[in-house]
Amino acid sequence: MALNKKIAYIDLSEKTVKMENIPLEMRKKYLGGRGIDAYLLYNHCPKGADPLGPENVLLVSAGLLVGTPASASARTHVMAKSPLTGAVGSSNMGGFFGPEMRWAGFDHLVIKGKAEKPTYIWINDGKIEFRDASELMGLAPPQVEQAVREELADDEIKVMSIGIAGENLVRFAIVETGLKNAGGRSGMGTVMGSKNLKAIAVRGTGDIEIKHPEEVLEYDLNFINGIVNTKFGRIMQKWGTMFIYGVTNSTGLVRVRNFQANQLPASEDLECENIEDYSFGTEGCFSCSLHCRHKYIIKEGEYAGTYAQGPEYTSQGAFGAEVGCRSFNTVLTGNHLVNYYGLDTLEVGSLIAWAFELYEKGIITDKDTGGLKLEWGNDDVVLKMIEKIAKREDIGDTLAEGPLRAAKKIGKGSEKYLIHVKGMSNLHSDERPTPSLALGIATGTRGSDHLRSRPAIDLYHLPEPVLRKIYSYPVPYDGPLTSDYRDYKGKPWQVFWQEMCYMAVDCLGICKYHTKFLSPNNPAFKEWPELIKLITDLDFTPEEIWEIAERAYNLEKLFNIREGFTRKDDALVDRYFDEPTPDGLALVRGKSIDRKKFKKMLDEYYAHHGWDEKGVVPDKTLERLGLKSEPSNAL
Amino acid sequence: MEKMIIVDSEKCTGCRMCEMVCSVKNEGVSNPARARIAVVKWEADGYYLPMVCQQCEDAPCAAACPVKAISRDTELGRTVVDYDKCIGCRLCVSVCPFGGMGYDTIGRKVIKCDLCGGDPTCVKFCDPGAIQYVDINKANMKRKRAASRNLSELMRKHAP
Repeated sequence: MALNKKIAYIDLSEKTVKMENIPLEMRKKYLGGRGIDAYLLYNHCPKGADPLGPENVLLVSAGLLVGTPASASARTHVMAKSPLTGAVGSSNMGGFFGPEMRWAGFDHLVIKGKAEKPTYIWINDGKIEFRDASELMGLAPPQVEQAVREELADDEIKVMSIGIAGENLVRFAIVETGLKNAGGRSGMGTVMGSKNLKAIAVRGTGDIEIKHPEEVLEYDLNFINGIVNTKFGRIMQKWGTMFIYGVTNSTGLVRVRNFQANQLPASEDLECENIEDYSFGTEGCFSCSLHCRHKYIIKEGEYAGTYAQGPEYTSQGAFGAEVGCRSFNTVLTGNHLVNYYGLDTLEVGSLIAWAFELYEKGIITDKDTGGLKLEWGNDDVVLKMIEKIAKREDIGDTLAEGPLRAAKKIGKGSEKYLIHVKGMSNLHSDERPTPSLALGIATGTRGSDHLRSRPAIDLYHLPEPVLRKIYSYPVPYDGPLTSDYRDYKGKPWQVFWQEMCYMAVDCLGICKYHTKFLSPNNPAFKEWPELIKLITDLDFTPEEIWEIAERAYNLEKLFNIREGFTRKDDALVDRYFDEPTPDGLALVRGKSIDRKKFKKMLDEYYAHHGWDEKGVVPDKTLERLGLKSEPSNAL
Repeated sequence: MEKMIIVDSEKCTGCRMCEMVCSVKNEGVSNPARARIAVVKWEADGYYLPMVCQQCEDAPCAAACPVKAISRDTELGRTVVDYDKCIGCRLCVSVCPFGGMGYDTIGRKVIKCDLCGGDPTCVKFCDPGAIQYVDINKANMKRKRAASRNLSELMRKHAP
């Protein structure tokens, strides 16, 4: 049945595997996926653990509805203590790995210890074994997948692996499956590398039981039609997240040349339509009708003729606006290279942009860069820098340590040019004109982030009654809500609401493009209990889903508190407050975040969560969410 | 009107929703190993093609069946398995040139597409339209038209 998938405890040092059932009680408290992972992290990762030591625990999971007719039920979640931030490390990827894990009989993997030599884990229909990965070392993730399939003589095997960046312990290495599905943020690939774990291969032919098959198919068909037959749906199908760039850049919401401008003029070549010259079709993750990535061939340069997939909006910033480049071919090449080496595109782009600004200011010189001229808009240098980071060469070796460690090593006041939260670099969006987005990145448990809290629909200037309809369900909210994204009123509630919304989809294993992330029309708390009922027969109310999300989110928060994070870490760098936006439409020009109002937003945000003004979770809230006795070691 | 399933690799996004909904519809579970359709992928170059029973007129599976369990349903234009006669020898699996006949190791039976009785579930769910259920008489008209467009352009260009 959908609930009989097991949890496997895998010790790489001892070479042991233990399998257990997941108690129904855990489902009722955490659903699955990121929720149960949050529980496992809090319970299994000792306080103060070295993120790169054998005591760190790598959690891999498929959410409660993965592999079922829940639509876009493709997501694999990966969690550990982050080697980048020291806080919760968490990332989430599409593709086909998660569903295959469930067909093989597993929902959760808890991986501890460190293998003596390069190893990969082979999960095959209920069995788990350790295999030698010596021959796989140095390979890129898609090559690893191919090599494992050849070795085990099965073309349907799905592999999650790391590239050389993970092997080299670059602190923001990704885990990857297929050509571009990346668990990108917070260095989960680095944790794999530290455990000498090159890959996890999985193959399954077992059932996921569906309790009401006829009804769920009918429900799913309506569900899909409701998502794709919207303006958002059709745009995503055609352009993917690349569509965002044209809008944000023309408005002035893009971070350019690290943080020096908020619009890149004459950058039409970075807009989504350009993909048509390179693309020969689109690809979908498991059971998804939005198929938001392109299959493309690089046309020019050293990598001309290479087939790759993507890119996302993130890469238009990373290898475009942030570094002042205007070539779509460079974006496509950069996107290919980060996936090839196994790097987080967002972190790479932001760190390169930071290094460029340091070079401009004379803080680093040709001596540090191995002779590379880190000049804005130099496409070749940007691409070369990706390789330098992955291979830890020259300045790349410094950047490979992530923002805070790199700044410490470089010194000379380099830290004040960093754009990060909790030691994780910010997306190339400029949040100075948008307080809700700014608060969202500041409070994210995994550090600066747009996929854990961003009220992106705030950018649509939705009328107040529409906002109210969305944001006062399932938990009543009668505070202020404003359709002006430059306002501060009501924004803390929107951030709180989105945190719960994204936590819930991450527990279920559904893609965020199928909830209220980029489209206000998409399903959320009302629809999820209906889907869960049809698939598993478990009864939840929308309010209970919300409470589960709160419980899991609080465990992430408790983990961070245990690791020493406080209110001062829920912060933006000074530049957000001190440097007003120089560019863009009149409505966003001259904007910076107001310190006093930001502080007030943070107070309100903590109050919504039931946290005290220091950002600590008080007993009352722990009791309300049943967290008083954590860690409780039920799993 | 007799209809057939046609697949278009250019439209297939490789999402495998067809496999999942097929297994849910026919077996009440999500399990591509028990689906009647499978998306075959050449991932290195991004080429995907859904493969399913072609409902052959002179079907090798029927010819090979030692107990005559596979017959022709002329109304829907499909080959069907009579499970009362089937002995599960899997000869049909061996001889099918398309891999259209499979064996379900959980249900212990051969499985093939039966067009869901004339309303194929996979087609309903394939939003990109890579799998379509069309009138056989018109199945090739779209390709005829596309080919004729190219041809007519050439002919007009080179007209005397």
